[in-house]
Amino acid sequence: MNILAIDTSNETMGVAVLKEGQLAGEYITKVKKNHSVRLLPAIDQIMRETEVNPKDLDKIVVAKGPGSYTGVRIGLSTAKTMAWTLNIPIVAVSSLEVVAYQSAYLNKQVCPFFDARRGLVYTGLYQSNDKGNVTLLWDEINISFEKWLERLAEEGKPTVFLSQDVDIHKGLIEEYMGDLAIIPESMYHLPRPSLLALAGAGKQPDSLHTLTPNYLRLVEAEAKWLEKQEKSKDD
Amino acid sequence: MNIKDQYILGIETSCDETAVAIVKNGTEIISNVVASQIESHKRFGGVVPEIASRHHVEQMTIVLEEAFTKAKMTIDDIDAVAVTEGPGLVGALLIGVNTAKALAFANSKPLIGVHHIAGHIYANQLEKEFSFPLLALVVSGGHTELILMKDHGSFEIIGETRDDAAGEAYDKVARTLQLPYPGGPFIDKLAQEGKETIDFPRAWLEQDSYDFSFSGLKSAVINKLHNAEQRNEVLEKEDIAASFQASVIDVLVTKTLKAAIAYDVKQVIVAGGVAANKGLRKELEAKFVASPIELLIPPLYLCTDNAAMIAAAGTVAYNQGHRAAWDLNANPSLSLEKYSLRTKYEN
Ligand SMILES: [Zn+2]
Repeated sequence: MNILAIDTSNETMGVAVLKEGQLAGEYITKVKKNHSVRLLPAIDQIMRETEVNPKDLDKIVVAKGPGSYTGVRIGLSTAKTMAWTLNIPIVAVSSLEVVAYQSAYLNKQVCPFFDARRGLVYTGLYQSNDKGNVTLLWDEINISFEKWLERLAEEGKPTVFLSQDVDIHKGLIEEYMGDLAIIPESMYHLPRPSLLALAGAGKQPDSLHTLTPNYLRLVEAEAKWLEKQEKSKDD
Repeated sequence: MNIKDQYILGIETSCDETAVAIVKNGTEIISNVVASQIESHKRFGGVVPEIASRHHVEQMTIVLEEAFTKAKMTIDDIDAVAVTEGPGLVGALLIGVNTAKALAFANSKPLIGVHHIAGHIYANQLEKEFSFPLLALVVSGGHTELILMKDHGSFEIIGETRDDAAGEAYDKVARTLQLPYPGGPFIDKLAQEGKETIDFPRAWLEQDSYDFSFSGLKSAVINKLHNAEQRNEVLEKEDIAASFQASVIDVLVTKTLKAAIAYDVKQVIVAGGVAANKGLRKELEAKFVASPIELLIPPLYLCTDNAAMIAAAGTVAYNQGHRAAWDLNANPSLSLEKYSLRTKYEN
């Protein structure tokens, strides 16, 4: 089974190639540069070096967000088009789940998150067990980080916090969670595309045409419009 | 020996249409699929960029598949993939660009970036062979330009709007008249029913200028409506529309004719969404009927955004040796003249 995994959903960009189920190559950067410019050259390079032709691929795995709307769409349009034209299955994995996989085998509660500005985050709560499984405990949500941390503190369990944006929120996490917060070094926070491939390998394929990003948030104009519709219904 | 037929796939997502087409030899449409988002944006009174991008990513592979099914072809029959790289909404453009890159890469096909306006101009090539020099009047929601072409792939802007595009002025006046979105066709329709009773200003600018300006006209119309409202005076919407449209068309047609004569062109072609305007078509036809200059206006479905026009322009760029690399990006403010030079000299 040859798998191409693509993650452009956040600042960390990753591409991995699994050859016959084994990791053959992985490309990962965390730089503030354009994913649209760099994604295909990265795919091209890694596939050449691992000597996997597009026609040899059996599956595409893609990170579907949450994250940067534009970033998620770059990955998804690339992945969907490749899966469609090569006629192979596509599997989309939540970008938060990919981050949570960084803590596989740790046997702990894991809170992956992405900064969503104005005090908000995209987050969810996962449980990692000692068999390498990572399962969702609390649904993914776009929420005020303080509110979320309040709930976690009430729960009172040691929690691993993983995020490329951890530096911005470290103080807040420690304020709410105190000793319950486990925050590793920066290397552990970046979602690895090989783990994206691993997470996707065990999942059922998505339906190609209807696969859409995991935005976790309505467009502002649409939210306002819906609100107006609701109001006029009440009147 | 037979010259092999060429099939170019075009992809267009610069605004609110998701479009894919296959064109043979740059002139013959094999399939042309357009998924419009107008219904979704109507409720907001205009295109919401983020919503446009979301729709593109939902529609893209569906439209792609339909274009191949309708053509009864597969990607193996395609010589190159052409895509709009700009100008347009950046988030929207990105869907097309990344789709085109993935498609070309996965199948080892050449990739070609196309300028959206070059596409609008080349929509005419799907109807009739070009003869140079030619003058193109490009009028749409985002553009009002007079472009001189001395040869294929060469574009020289000799006049452009200094403020609003003609289509933009139409949309703003339509909003003031409380017409539904998009307003252009409604104004055109009302104008056919009304009379030119108000003498709105015409912005001729300097004597030798082929530039345009529509913001003064737009303000004049809005002021007229406000003043009438304050005096409880009733103005017929039809007459406002007819008077406004008469001013726009007068300037567009007069400047186009003047430039066509000055540059001694063989053809004048009209491109862009506003080319669908009946009043504009009628007036141009009347002005050019007696001249030796041939007037080309594409049918309605080729005036609005589509991918056949991108494939047609892409065919020219392909045959001139232009190829894009895998780092091709969306360029929301891509200049036509820079694109023109690149097509000519790069590679
Ligand atoms: Zn257009």
